[in-house]
Amino acid sequence: MSSRWASIRFTVNGQSRTVHAPPMKRLLDVLREDLHLTGAKEGCGEGECGSCSVRMNGELVNSCLIPVLQAEGAQIQTVEGLAPAIDSGGALHSLQEAFLQCGGAQCGICTPGMLMAAAQLLERNPHPSREEIREGLGGNLCRCTGFARIFASVLAASTHAGSEKKPDAR
Amino acid sequence: MRGNPEAHELIAPGSLAAVLHLLASEPGAWTPIAGGTELMVAHAAGRLTARKLVSLWNIPDLRFIRVEANSIAVGAGATFIDLRRNAAVAAELPLLAQAAGWIGSIANQSRATLGGNLVNGSPAADSSPALLAYDARIELVSIRGSRTVPYDKFHTGYKRNLLAPDELLFAVHLPRRFARHRGYLRKVGTRRAMAIAKVALAATALIENETVAEIRLGAASLAPFPTRLYRTEESILGNAITEETICAARTAVLAEAAPIDDIRSAAEFRRRVAANLVEEFLRELMKPEPRP
Ligand SMILES: Cc1cc2nc3c(=O)[nH]c(=O)nc-3n(C[C@H](O)[C@H](O)[C@H](O)COP(=O)(O)OP(=O)(O)OC[C@H]3O[C@@H](n4cnc5c(N)ncnc54)[C@H](O)[C@@H]3O)c2cc1C
Ligand code: FES
Ligand code: FES
Repeated sequence: MSSRWASIRFTVNGQSRTVHAPPMKRLLDVLREDLHLTGAKEGCGEGECGSCSVRMNGELVNSCLIPVLQAEGAQIQTVEGLAPAIDSGGALHSLQEAFLQCGGAQCGICTPGMLMAAAQLLERNPHPSREEIREGLGGNLCRCTGFARIFASVLAASTHAGSEKKPDAR
Repeated sequence: MRGNPEAHELIAPGSLAAVLHLLASEPGAWTPIAGGTELMVAHAAGRLTARKLVSLWNIPDLRFIRVEANSIAVGAGATFIDLRRNAAVAAELPLLAQAAGWIGSIANQSRATLGGNLVNGSPAADSSPALLAYDARIELVSIRGSRTVPYDKFHTGYKRNLLAPDELLFAVHLPRRFARHRGYLRKVGTRRAMAIAKVALAATALIENETVAEIRLGAASLAPFPTRLYRTEESILGNAITEETICAARTAVLAEAAPIDDIRSAAEFRRRVAANLVEEFLRELMKPEPRP
């Protein structure tokens, strides 16, 4: 075994964390195994399905393709950080609320990744068109919903965000 | 079977100078890893043979887009999201901006780097046709200094290139003289669905006095590496665009394209698609220039 373990420090959902791990260990495994944040899921393990999506320094990334050493110093947000106060009676994130209302989740395996991709999209583009939603969520696969309810959920969350613009009527 | 993370060493010296010294100290021993969207996929499949990896991710000396007097310089470590968000790239290099949006999903584009795409050197790499059409030059760097070569000389064979063991790809330089050129970009087929062959063409042409004064055709999947279609360009250059020019260009594409494909029908299909794409570009050139 040639690898020397490293101490790697980053911020997860606003909290500073230090892990001791092989530098090539996948960020996904560090989140799930070392930090017990099991929201991000492994679907394909090769960048195709998006179920492991998290945000790193404000960008959407697939945590299955990130060696944890490359997360050194980064700000990471996982689905657990979307509504941080939920355990103490706080509200859900508007996207989570919309997924509940519109039936955006069935088995739920894809949902954490979908939520992170949608959060990324709405942060950069608060009122996306259907086409923009399709692109923003294009790397996230769902085997259950047929996507229509997921797109509807994102549209609902975006219109909820106090828009003048109506969801496009086509 | 999945790769074992403990079987690989990975270090992140954090600066370009430190990486170059490391590469020079043990030439060939260290493999750079940028966004990892190629190498980590290989790792997932247990196919990553490199034992010692050095991270280039987020090194500021490699992650930049600079607008200079005569060219736009894109650092090898710039991601495709960086390219898509850059106003100068959108305005002056629309074919590259559009191709950047094709490199997988948003999550992939926020990690995938231009340098990684070019060094990986897939014959189907999506950024390559646009770089060929824009006459890009690429700058390689090592502790010995830097050298700049035309991009169309960079690939030397299937997944082979000019990089010496102690060198990194440093930047891509795109000349700022394509404002008056007409452009074209199209990709046929999908990347992962291997059932359908994929061909991509990026093209630029300058029309003066109703004849073609300059033309560049950059193609993916028509050779073991991304390549200009020089003979096809020659068949068009200096001519007015007429049915004869189109016919000659089609013949030239069919003769020039040499897709690597063990299934002959697939190679034949790719050649024909390429001829159709060149024809489509030429027919667009016959129409008056679209007003912006
Ligand atoms: C789900 C998915 C979808 C994809 N879709 C597409 C697509 O549609 N089109 C497409 O073209 N590609 C696609 N790719 C492939 C990949 O994302 C791109 O090739 C990407 O640009 C690679 O960049 P990277 O920084 O991630 O490379 P890495 O994996 O970090 O490196 C790739 C290679 O480049 C070398 N390298 C990297 N930077 C340098 C440098 N500066 N100097 C010297 N060597 C260097 C590495 O040693 C390695 O050999 C996809 C990949 C995935 C996982
Ligand atoms: S598990 Fe990461 S993209 Fe599928
Ligand atoms: S809800 Fe089951 S995969 Fe999407």
